[in-house]
Amino acid sequence: MTSRPLAAEPAARTRVEAPDAPRRRRSVSGRPNVILTIALLACVAYFLLPLVWLVVASTKSNADLFSTFGLWFADDVNLVENLRDVFTFQNGIFAAWLRNTVAYAVISAVGAAGLATAAGYAFAKLHFPGGNLLFSIILGAIMVPTTALAIPTYLLFSKVELTDTPLAVILPSLVSPFGVYLMRVYADGAVPDSLLEAARVDGASELRIFTSVVLRLLAPGFVTVLLFALVATWNNYFLPLIMLNSPEYFPLTVGLAQWQATSAAGSGSQALFSMVITGSLVSVIPLVVAFLFLQRYWQSGLATGGVKQ
Amino acid sequence: MSTHTAAPAALTDEAPARRPHGSLRRRQVIAAYCFVAPFFLVFLAMIVVPLFYSGYLSLFREQLVGGTVFVGMANYVRAIGDPSFIGGVLRMARFLLIQVPIMLGLALVFALALDSGRLRLQRFIRLGIFIPYAVPGVIAALMWGYLYGPDFGPFAQVARALGLPRPPFLSNDWMLGSIMNIVTWGFVGYNMIILYAALRSVPTELYEAARVDGAGELRVAWSIKIPAVRPALLLTTIFSVIGTFQLFNEPNLLRNLAPNVIGVGYTPNLYAYNLAFINQEINYAAAIAFLLGFVIMVVSYVVQLSAQRRERRS
Repeated sequence: MTSRPLAAEPAARTRVEAPDAPRRRRSVSGRPNVILTIALLACVAYFLLPLVWLVVASTKSNADLFSTFGLWFADDVNLVENLRDVFTFQNGIFAAWLRNTVAYAVISAVGAAGLATAAGYAFAKLHFPGGNLLFSIILGAIMVPTTALAIPTYLLFSKVELTDTPLAVILPSLVSPFGVYLMRVYADGAVPDSLLEAARVDGASELRIFTSVVLRLLAPGFVTVLLFALVATWNNYFLPLIMLNSPEYFPLTVGLAQWQATSAAGSGSQALFSMVITGSLVSVIPLVVAFLFLQRYWQSGLATGGVKQ
Repeated sequence: MSTHTAAPAALTDEAPARRPHGSLRRRQVIAAYCFVAPFFLVFLAMIVVPLFYSGYLSLFREQLVGGTVFVGMANYVRAIGDPSFIGGVLRMARFLLIQVPIMLGLALVFALALDSGRLRLQRFIRLGIFIPYAVPGVIAALMWGYLYGPDFGPFAQVARALGLPRPPFLSNDWMLGSIMNIVTWGFVGYNMIILYAALRSVPTELYEAARVDGAGELRVAWSIKIPAVRPALLLTTIFSVIGTFQLFNEPNLLRNLAPNVIGVGYTPNLYAYNLAFINQEINYAAAIAFLLGFVIMVVSYVVQLSAQRRERRS
């Protein structure tokens, strides 16, 4: 497989490279440049310091937050108390938000990636009348702003009494036009036509070919779309904000924003500050960890989307 | 099932796909529709139907007396003359013209630096710049809101320690810049990875020759690498256009901290939201959202067109 040009698609980069095909990597051109490295490290500081602040601030009591310097720890570490506050405030609603976020994100992402994989494969490998037209329509939808959709979707949902239910957040998140685009490009490079033909000659049905041959080849692309759909739903704020009224259905973003509004208004107890900060840290950690562990997927995925046009 | 029908095709070694058997071909087409159908159904229900419904709604007006009446383009005429809407669009245009070049410029510089192979700690640098993308926009806005804040924000603390006036991040004059900073912080890394991936797929031979001819790293970057990643730059620009005009999270969160600075029409999206859910002017909000979509399409199209022009010229 490595000998065919298809395998050299950027999408297929995650696979082991053939020794006889030295596509990658140019020999490192020149010695490391110290000045360049220092300049870049200074930039990295800009990107990381706010997160450092978040970590530091979440170890402080509310009083220390105001009385000690933001980027260094206070004398007593208050992280455990803060976490306890976060998870017990309002009868532990934060835990429900965390659960909701995970549930919405996982269900939407698996659904979106599944739908996009089947469709993207069909667009790439099975030629059918109307295919190009359908694909252009789907591509055009990438440009439709979410607001133009969210408000009418809200009205439609309220007619069928779907608002203020988890489905109101999950259903719109199942569509990922960009995911279809990505999977089409990916399938183009990762599924050799000869393999499909061989399976067909053997008498396998299209569905069987898809489930037993194609899915395995598309797995890295699937994970990429899954990851991006996961992030999109995890980070979504606008949609759940308008769809949901009951705090027990909120995801983290909407819940924390509400706590922040309360603490900014100064009506609640001031302890909300350290709770909002600690809660923010808790909601950031899962995605950061996911990105660190799934590096090769999102990197090759972004490559697929960006390189091909 | 129908192995026998396919068997003759297998005898010829080369590309039996070119002349597929009729029934086989038909089965393929049916299968293709079945694979596309689940996505397309959800697509229809969640994108196409709401879009048309929004267009339909925008042609009506709810009146105190007489209920909902058809008003044709009246909502659009009103929107075009509405200083809140136009002000928001212009503010986003300014945002676009200032923030997007900065963000994409930084992303490109970082990507080129990573691609030059002259960095120590490559991996750490790449991840460090990318990680903010994993932070939800709401959380980023919330966090920066505190960082900007007058009480326990580190900027204010440092200024206080030095006896300087604290920087007014959340004031009328600074707010847009402060929001630009939050967006830049969150998305430079994402764009950097796209551009970096594009750079890595540029065939090395293209600039080995230039190097042999004595071209320096900067010259290679300018004349060979940047033109080579133009498609990726176009993609990131268009995504940035779409994202900018839809700005909502950051202003909506910072509004709690500076209610007098960020009005209901600070961004078009915020305006549509407030119209629909606070004022209950659903029909007008639909028209605003529709117009905003139109603005995004036009600007994206202009960006694409000017990129193609440049391509042709070079």
